[in-house]
Amino acid sequence: MCLGIPAKVVQIDEPNQGKVDYLGTKIKTNLTLLEDVKIGDWVIIHAGFAISKLNEEEARETLSLLREIAEKG
Amino acid sequence: MKELRDKRIISALLVEIEKKTRKLQSPIRIMEVCGTHTMTVHRYGLKRLLDKAGVEMISGPGCPVCITPDEFHEAAIELVEENSNFILTTFGDMTRVPTNKGSLQVAVPASGSMVKIVYSPEESLQMARSNPQKAIVFFGVGFETTIPAIALTAYEAYKEGLNNYSVLSALWLIPPPLKAIVEAKDIAIDGLLYPGHVSAIIGKKPYEFIAEKHRIPGAITGFEPSDILLGITSVLDQIKEGKADVSNEYARVVKPEGNLTAQRIMKEKLEVKDASWRGLGLIPQSGLKLKEKYSSFDAEVKYNLNIKAKKRELPGCRCGEVLRGIISPPQCPLFAKKCNPDSPYGPCMVSFEGACLAYYKYRS
Repeated sequence: MCLGIPAKVVQIDEPNQGKVDYLGTKIKTNLTLLEDVKIGDWVIIHAGFAISKLNEEEARETLSLLREIAEKG
Repeated sequence: MKELRDKRIISALLVEIEKKTRKLQSPIRIMEVCGTHTMTVHRYGLKRLLDKAGVEMISGPGCPVCITPDEFHEAAIELVEENSNFILTTFGDMTRVPTNKGSLQVAVPASGSMVKIVYSPEESLQMARSNPQKAIVFFGVGFETTIPAIALTAYEAYKEGLNNYSVLSALWLIPPPLKAIVEAKDIAIDGLLYPGHVSAIIGKKPYEFIAEKHRIPGAITGFEPSDILLGITSVLDQIKEGKADVSNEYARVVKPEGNLTAQRIMKEKLEVKDASWRGLGLIPQSGLKLKEKYSSFDAEVKYNLNIKAKKRELPGCRCGEVLRGIISPPQCPLFAKKCNPDSPYGPCMVSFEGACLAYYKYRS
């Protein structure tokens, strides 16, 4: 139920409507819950609404932590 | 981010976890609060691997389809069976929940009425716009992740004067049942994995009382296998250091303060009420309803529904104890016998996030 998918914003229409690309499929998305959303942003989509913007710097940090653990193990 | 499902990384994380639990009194019992976490834990075989590594995962109450009690489902069934020209919309799992009055899937709608499955609350609103001669009721169920979207549809209908739209609200807040579970002390929990997408809305503050007052470590956790293992690693580190915190292991999605726009919308449109949960009973201030200003879009008010908590739900179904983490699904005598995904007896076997379904589908 709280499933959310990461997708990239590819189109913004007024008011607060847009489209995101998820694995090549364009999905209509409501953007009301996000401020300052731009084309190219990665967002989490839940039940047709974008609920959060992905923080790319934090994502990179998690990935480098994971790689570090894998190398150590 | 394929690393999040990379076998080598997952193995390395499991080795780390085992090293940590060896120094503690294992098994360490960690509750994954969210049903989507439960699915990841079982789908990727982590349950068994973690058992071996000294961590026992316990499923929690985070499945909104499961915790919505029968009286809501029965009210929805009655609405569509007794009113003509009526469209009841809801999320897919909700149509299959069995009650003493059957389920929405087998309900016999009145003339001109029907049950429609939607993916987004907005589809229901659109249906109301394009079917002015029909009454549309969205049976909206969800936690904080979904609540802002549901509230927005009611607000949009209010603004547009779309009087044929209303919401049957089954809106539940996550921190109150966690408080009920840790205070009841029915089960020993060494740590909690907090739901990532609920946290994306509410932030970390609403969980802090669990760390501060109850001294239980916890981590806000994402939904990929590596995310789950990182959350567990953080809980184990906290136990080792003798501290209890709310760490954020899903920082790529969750801001410490959450989504302030969504919080504002919830506060403006909705008010808190006491609510009865399946298995957990009445929990103070644990549900939401539309504010009086929007009450003509509240199906409970509009159709004068009498949704009262029942003393007894499905006889023999132990879904309630599963939701509190008191028993694991295979301990229910009906599990995989009278109750299975083809013929579910209780809601925990219906929902894609239900612990019983997860255990059944991925059992070894």
